[in-house]
Amino acid sequence: MPAPIRLRELIRTIRTARTQAEEREMIQKECAAIRSSFREEDNTYRCRNVAKLLYMHMLGYPAHFGQLECLKLIASQKFTDKRIGYLGAMLLLDERQDVHLLMTNCIKNDLNHSTQYVQGLALCTLGCMGSSEMCRDLAGEVEKLLKTSNSYLRKKAALCAVHVIRKVPELMEMFLPATKNLLSEKNHGVLHTSVVLLTEMCERSPDMLLHFRKVWLLVPQLVRILKNLIMSGYSPEHDVSGISDPFLQVRILRLLRILGRSDDDSSEAMNDILAQVATNTETSKNVGNAILYETVLTIMDIKSESGLRVLAINILGRFLLNNDKNIRYVALTSLLKTVQTDHNAVQRHRSTIVDCLKDLDVSIKRRAMELSFALVNGNNIRGMMKELLYFLDSCDPEFKADCASGVFLAAEKYAPSKRWHIDTIMRVLTTAGSYVRDDSVPNLIQLITNSVEMHAYTVQRLYKALLDDISQQPLVQVSSWCIGEYGDLLVSGQCEEEEPIQVTEDEVLDVLEGLLVSNLSTPVTRGYSLTAIMKLSTRFSSVNRIKKVVSIYGSSIDVELQQRAVEYNALFKKYDHMRSALLERMPIMEKTASNGPTEIVQTNGETEPSVPDTKLPPLITQPANQANDLLDLLGGNDVVPVIQTTLPTKPASAGGELLDLLGDLSLSGGPAPAPSVPISQPPFLLDGLSSQPLFNDISAAIPPMTAYNKNGLKIEFTFERANPNPNIAVITIHATNTTEADMTEFVFQAAVPKTFQLQLLSPSSNIVPALNQGSVTQVIRVLNPQKQQLRMRVKLTYTHKGSPVQDLAEVNNFPPQSWQ
Amino acid sequence: MMRFMLLFSRQGKLRLQKWYTATAERDKKKMVRELMQVVLARKPKMSSFLEWRDLKIVYKRYASLYFCCAVEEQDNELITLEVIHRFVELLDKYFGSVCELDIIFNFEKAYFILDEFLIGGEIQDTSKKSVLKAIEQADLLQEEDESPRSVLEEMGLA
Repeated sequence: MPAPIRLRELIRTIRTARTQAEEREMIQKECAAIRSSFREEDNTYRCRNVAKLLYMHMLGYPAHFGQLECLKLIASQKFTDKRIGYLGAMLLLDERQDVHLLMTNCIKNDLNHSTQYVQGLALCTLGCMGSSEMCRDLAGEVEKLLKTSNSYLRKKAALCAVHVIRKVPELMEMFLPATKNLLSEKNHGVLHTSVVLLTEMCERSPDMLLHFRKVWLLVPQLVRILKNLIMSGYSPEHDVSGISDPFLQVRILRLLRILGRSDDDSSEAMNDILAQVATNTETSKNVGNAILYETVLTIMDIKSESGLRVLAINILGRFLLNNDKNIRYVALTSLLKTVQTDHNAVQRHRSTIVDCLKDLDVSIKRRAMELSFALVNGNNIRGMMKELLYFLDSCDPEFKADCASGVFLAAEKYAPSKRWHIDTIMRVLTTAGSYVRDDSVPNLIQLITNSVEMHAYTVQRLYKALLDDISQQPLVQVSSWCIGEYGDLLVSGQCEEEEPIQVTEDEVLDVLEGLLVSNLSTPVTRGYSLTAIMKLSTRFSSVNRIKKVVSIYGSSIDVELQQRAVEYNALFKKYDHMRSALLERMPIMEKTASNGPTEIVQTNGETEPSVPDTKLPPLITQPANQANDLLDLLGGNDVVPVIQTTLPTKPASAGGELLDLLGDLSLSGGPAPAPSVPISQPPFLLDGLSSQPLFNDISAAIPPMTAYNKNGLKIEFTFERANPNPNIAVITIHATNTTEADMTEFVFQAAVPKTFQLQLLSPSSNIVPALNQGSVTQVIRVLNPQKQQLRMRVKLTYTHKGSPVQDLAEVNNFPPQSWQ
Repeated sequence: MMRFMLLFSRQGKLRLQKWYTATAERDKKKMVRELMQVVLARKPKMSSFLEWRDLKIVYKRYASLYFCCAVEEQDNELITLEVIHRFVELLDKYFGSVCELDIIFNFEKAYFILDEFLIGGEIQDTSKKSVLKAIEQADLLQEEDESPRSVLEEMGLA
């Protein structure tokens, strides 16, 4: 059989292939030849064949059939064989392969070989890819070599030990004695690898770290070595652009960082050397900057004094001005890490950071953006926002969502005026409207609602934006909602902030109807516009047109739209008397947290606050002077009934019911004929938060009281404070019945003085079981903003033993804590 | 710690791959393909660093070859650039003005040099001279292996 072709020959041949298919053919042919050669157990050419196999492997072809051959090469006596064999092992025999462990014995022998280059091969292979079992078996050999005086082997053994520790952390202890003297070596290779080994140990074991700090006194040793490096003259062997062994310097700085972390003494001991390195390192080349970078990282991580920290941040500031974009990148990353702890120092470099927003590199831009948002505060908000909005305009789509969110957050925290805030939001919506997160829509709506004096201005601007562009859904949704709410302000031209535009009702309805039919509108958006149109029925005079639109959608294919249209239709037909109350202006929503989208009323993540709103009677708007004020216990006249009990058609009942105790007034609608149990109502707007549990942590402070006890019916009140509003008392009534017969059709009603507001939730049932076998519970919420003494009049109706019973009572014995 | 180092040409041909963690062959191929795509798409004005998966990639182009290292979160990118440069210097000294063809035709030697420079992704020796000397000596050992045979062959006695 002819000798297998040489490696270089094969490479040359394969490179002449003009197509992938041709190459594959050549490879297959050669592989076949190699396979037969392997089968013949040819020792002479094994090395050559495996080398060729490794080349083909790099091209992407399978080479697993060469694994065993690598093992044979490793076992050979020839150095050439071993060299290729170990290379093959590192490429083909990682720990996932079954035959990996077969190497162990060979490596063990070679670790004890007479030739250091063979030992080196073994150490290298073990240190690069030895499995845990192999490491366990051979750790002892490595430890032995760690103690040899041969620095060539010592340095390799150190890195091999690092690998062993990474694979089998429990073995760390056994290397401890051998590591002790490593730092007294002069050889830079040994020094460098020792520092790496010590670093690995410190990172993995806090005990080891403590030991090094306190017992070995590692810090002074390292400081000394570093000092020597810096102070010593030019050493040609280790010099890089005028700096002596930068690799070793960087590793030492990193180890110092770990040792100095959260330890005052160590940090103090390294203070001087850090300052020295920071001020004396040459910055004209990348090497110098690499050392400075590591120094900065160390200074920021240990307990350094403030002067040193400022020095570090200034270095980063200088980095930002460097022409080299790598340096700028690294600076921005570091500044991002330190901006929380050293905020003021980083602020000084704000303008440079903002300039980086215009950089071409995507990663630099992203970091600059994050950093910019972190630096925004009340003083620089206007300027910063200008830059950030400009960035939002021109940046890549991948940034827009995050940038938009950041702008909203910052605007919310630091807006200098409401007008500015609204303008900023408008700007974001119009430039990046389609990238805005879904949860921003309810957030913005809340913001707009609460900026009462800006309603006219807002709706006008949003309307104009809609005229321009209806493709960005969040913008369209917010706009529709506003037009629905404030359309009356729009057509009456009340805007003060800017020139009011002339808009007719028809034009507005045209726009909204346009949204309904447009292909660009999503179903959610359509929902918004339909509701907006409906709301305008109480604000505009063109009710007929609205009626028509609504009835058309009663047969819409979209189920959501259809339902809405049908319900609105019903509103026109059967419940027209309720329409104006239902579609009233939204009240101010209270917020607890500053930016949580879920704190917005009622939605379960739905982006449609408007729809459930109209189902709820807007019972309270501004405190005090609205027509819907609560009942007047004294006098009893000018009581305006608000929404009564459940409408039979709607599943969700009209929210907190306010009842008219003085039954001789004719209530439109009146109490429901059968005392139907309202199904669980959506919570009231009173303190704005639906996702809030009704009851907070039980304040044990307020004692319960008996409110009524007559004819066997006993009603007890227990109290809680509503979180977060301390003005709200939450009372739970417990009705029990000591008589022998059940009390059925039990209805509890209550009224409070004018300065209070009351909400009654659904009772647990309307049967009070006989003989205290159970109780009916019901929740009352009382808002008492003026902290007046709580008084209540209650009316009880029930059927007992076949006859109806009715009783009125006053409850005056509220414990002081319940209303103070 | 350095997780892996790749050398590849502008045409996307792999010239060297050194992995310092055990990874499945399939995954290696996937990562190499992905990374090559990402790096080759970078414009010259961009920085040498990028985030990829949970790693930091440090790359530099020397003539027609890209040298690409993957390091971990806590590693110093700037010094990694120096590590790459040092490796290129070693290759250059060894081959005498190294070019891509040298690496193609002598890939096993490129690996030997790398393995004399780094173990487990960490530098063994910061002295260029020391590393090159070791390679030289090892090469001599290899020659000693081979020379007796070729002498005999020459004499027609093998």
